[in-house]
Amino acid sequence: MQLFPCPFCGLRDEREFHFAGEVGKTRPKTSEPVSDADWNTYLNTQRNEKGAAREIWCHVTCQEYFVMERDTVSMDVLETVALRKEPS
Amino acid sequence: MRGHSGWGKAWRTSALKPTYDVIIIGGGGHGLATAYYLARNHGINRVAILEKGWLGGGNTGRNTTAIRSNYYYPESAALYDLSLRLYENLSKELNYNVMFSPRGMMVLAHSVAEMEIAARTVNAMQINGTDAELFDAEDVRKRAPILNFSREARFPIHGAIWQGRAGTGRHDAVAWGYARAADSLGVDIIQNCEVTDVITEGGCAVGVNTNLGEVRAGRIGAAVAGHSSVLAGIAGFDLPIHSYALQAFVSEPLKPVMDTVAFSPAYGTYFSQSDKGGLVFGGALDRVPSYGQRGNMPVQESVVSGLAEMAPVLAKVKLLRHWAGIVDVTPDSSPIIGPSGIDGLYLNCGWGTGGFKAIPAGGTLFAHLLATGSHHEISRPFDLDRFRSGRLIDEGAASGIAH
Repeated sequence: MQLFPCPFCGLRDEREFHFAGEVGKTRPKTSEPVSDADWNTYLNTQRNEKGAAREIWCHVTCQEYFVMERDTVSMDVLETVALRKEPS
Repeated sequence: MRGHSGWGKAWRTSALKPTYDVIIIGGGGHGLATAYYLARNHGINRVAILEKGWLGGGNTGRNTTAIRSNYYYPESAALYDLSLRLYENLSKELNYNVMFSPRGMMVLAHSVAEMEIAARTVNAMQINGTDAELFDAEDVRKRAPILNFSREARFPIHGAIWQGRAGTGRHDAVAWGYARAADSLGVDIIQNCEVTDVITEGGCAVGVNTNLGEVRAGRIGAAVAGHSSVLAGIAGFDLPIHSYALQAFVSEPLKPVMDTVAFSPAYGTYFSQSDKGGLVFGGALDRVPSYGQRGNMPVQESVVSGLAEMAPVLAKVKLLRHWAGIVDVTPDSSPIIGPSGIDGLYLNCGWGTGGFKAIPAGGTLFAHLLATGSHHEISRPFDLDRFRSGRLIDEGAASGIAH
């Protein structure tokens, strides 16, 4: 199994982690009317990058969400950073 | 008899011309079939297929060859049953043996509740005009006695959804058959030709740059499966697609033990036996978005252990090969056929884990779109605009595997 580094727990089995989405998606403000196109962008559209990608992951066992930077071809993990910290 | 001497080439090696009526990006099953139907159904043969690697070297050569149309929604049934009907006559039409073998497929039900859902699916399939039958455990035993009928099984067999017209085919032969037929109608097949840029003028796609130079066309069709987002990125837009690895496995050759296709959603494994004797099996997607054409261990473990539980007698069979392809998965697990949003550029993608069985229909419908600029009535519901309108065709459950 591949080991992913949780910023809180260290290296753990990949089966403990859950992919939550791409970084940078902000839910549209529903206090104002939201167009279908904006909902589509938020709900469906993906960058789906080949190579370096920045994603939100959850370490299910400790329930912390964090940013993982990884290579989607080689599957190397480049960096993991707690969501509350600015990624370097 | 001749020591395999005297084989001619099945298609020409074409040089890239500066202009075509239609360029198709991607020389997999869908791209090759599209070129063939453009020439055959629409009389358009100034067509180039640009393939960055070799023909059928992506998912067309990596799938587990199941062909079926056991879908729930009428839109899907119309699409996949068109494909199945074309497969039934494909060897004759292409004069090339694609070894379509309608050996039937069963989707197992493992509880009373699952039997109720199975009955509902069978009813839906019959209303859709697809052949379907509800099997009880004894029917399943007759068709596939190798399965685990023990009451101690983790998931005991109660019955199955049966589609008798479903089956398997020879995946490479589908690519080669379409390639040869398209070539003989005048289509240029260009291998080792990677598209590096989409040329737009006044907001319209008018051509592409490749490692072999610039080429222009009135219409451009992209059928690049797992790399659709990469191509969209080059052209400057995003798609509702995630790329995942889907793994497949083949065992050492055995004497015939299984003459149908069995799928258990509960175990997350399906298998059939090839004419060569190898067990061909697979399961769910990897859980991690990926462009690496290889699998990961957690899914491998669950698929292999699922097979060992589905048919315990196979537990000691040795694995021969194991590989993965990159599949393009949409939010509703249905494909995208239609305009890309950039004039002149059209999409055939999003087939996810089920593109092989759809090759003849995907080619027919995409050719119609590229020739006429408008949808065939069967492809209309699969337009990209459904993600904006919300009219999704959510077939996640139809194949029974979460994707």
